[in-house]
Amino acid sequence: MSFYGVELSSRLLLGTARYPSPKVLVDAIKASEAQVVTVSLRREAGSERSGQGFWSIIRSLGVRVLPNTAGCHTAKEAVTTAHMARELFDTPWIKLEVIRDDETLQPDVFGLVEAAKVLNEDGFEVFPYTTEDLSVADRLVEAGCRVLMPWGAPIGSARGLNNAYGLKAMRAHFPDIPLVVDAGLGVPSHAAAAMELGYDAVLLNTAVAEAGDPVAMAKAFALAIEAGRMAFAARPLEPRDMAAPSTPVFGMAALGG
Amino acid sequence: MRRWKVTVVGAGVAGLATALEFSERGFVVEVIERGRALGDGACSWMAGGMLAPWCERAMTDEAVLTMGAPSIDWWARRFPGTTHNGSLVLALPRDATELARFAERTRNYQWLDEAGIGALEPDLAGRFRRALFFPQEAHIDPRRALPALADLLKRQKVAIRFGVDMQAIAREADLIVDCRGLAARDVLPDLRGVRGEMVVIRSREVSLSRPVRLLHPRIPLYIVPRGGGVFMIGATTIESETRGGASVRSTVELLNAAYALHPAFGEAEILELGADLRPAFPDNLPAVRRTSRSLHVNGLYRHGYLLGPAMARQAAEMALEMELERPDADLREWRSA
Repeated sequence: MSFYGVELSSRLLLGTARYPSPKVLVDAIKASEAQVVTVSLRREAGSERSGQGFWSIIRSLGVRVLPNTAGCHTAKEAVTTAHMARELFDTPWIKLEVIRDDETLQPDVFGLVEAAKVLNEDGFEVFPYTTEDLSVADRLVEAGCRVLMPWGAPIGSARGLNNAYGLKAMRAHFPDIPLVVDAGLGVPSHAAAAMELGYDAVLLNTAVAEAGDPVAMAKAFALAIEAGRMAFAARPLEPRDMAAPSTPVFGMAALGG
Repeated sequence: MRRWKVTVVGAGVAGLATALEFSERGFVVEVIERGRALGDGACSWMAGGMLAPWCERAMTDEAVLTMGAPSIDWWARRFPGTTHNGSLVLALPRDATELARFAERTRNYQWLDEAGIGALEPDLAGRFRRALFFPQEAHIDPRRALPALADLLKRQKVAIRFGVDMQAIAREADLIVDCRGLAARDVLPDLRGVRGEMVVIRSREVSLSRPVRLLHPRIPLYIVPRGGGVFMIGATTIESETRGGASVRSTVELLNAAYALHPAFGEAEILELGADLRPAFPDNLPAVRRTSRSLHVNGLYRHGYLLGPAMARQAAEMALEMELERPDADLREWRSA
């Protein structure tokens, strides 16, 4: 799997917020073998760059950082934050989040498309957090995005894949664009389900960070993602309306007559 | 045997609790503090002062409970202002699952219904349907508790010298106990700052008898009554080492919590907005570390008042062993080594 030409062997992207401690975060990242971690610039970094203890811990892991624009409410804010992130983390990658309302945390798809255009023109490699809406996805691809990250369910809701049909349609519609289910997952079976739909990767934060044992949960998700991917590659059965006996009926003794 | 002379550096809660524990074990103690007065530059001046080990257990390590529970007695014996009224944990109806999650991760609580909440806190009657009550918890006002510790030290002939820097440290000390908090990162490189913001308000309409925590999936906050209608609302926890005043966003979140608890807080007067950095180690747990001629008490993070006494005791016990291990004569060499 590759994002913007970067080959990755792990299909799990892990968020870095809300762990009990940086030590638990580090252990969870190691247990999950994630190669990409997201960091929230707006909330956590502030304006001073010197001696950021938390960042130096993340940097020491040697994983790729995907900065995000969480907490941005307009395209303009998101663009400014993306520029700060590029400077701070020295990466063209940006997870683009534009939120309309802090209560629902739903993507503002209008602001999203607007910001994606500007950032792609500025040379960023954009990972937009979007819904499963195909028209919006088309606009994002048109704007230059080469990865799409539709939600499973609202951020932090732990509900799993709210619209499996919509996600499936998106996969069918964009066979060549890497697709990542981002947000709303609660348990590893949700992640496995996303992978079974043919999604390329899964992005998680709360489900791991707020689990009773984040390190064990990180590992459990990694295993589920691997299982789901393997199942997809092995071409699973489609559901049928009728029972299909696994031993042939033909040749059984005919009764009655 | 001549007793060791011990210099405690820093007069925040860690330093004062440490100085007391050392003095109570017969060490000859002095405290030096960079600031000009008590609380000057100390993040413990900005703290909530909740002695809530069972509530904390819902969000953190078992060690915080084990080390923290005895601190309630520690404070009660040294500070008469320790209020032993328990604490209350609430959630808005739509965040009701947060309450169950919280309960699942800790113990020593009672479930309260609407009537139970009203019986404890009449002003909250009818506003919340369910709550968790932790009857054994307590709270203190840091701005009265720190001066009380300073008074106790004075009575034990322990001087606190203000406006004195670490560099100017007395050479005749046998042991230095470094309680500088974040300033100690010059010798403790894995120490980091975690920003916290708080608001102090005064309301003439609402009264509470105990700290109230309001659970929220993203922004869990608490309100601690300080008496005389004064309340401290805290505190944000942000992985940032930015200094400077409370942000607008954090202030809005803090004030929203108060307003959600009781709309009459909308009429309250804002007395103070504050922000500071808490010193934390990577596991967010405190530690006593030993270097050549010093002990370092640090990493108290969100738990200065809850875990300060346990860390102070630990440091004092370590120092007793060191004192026994190393007779007086060796010490001079050890120090100059």
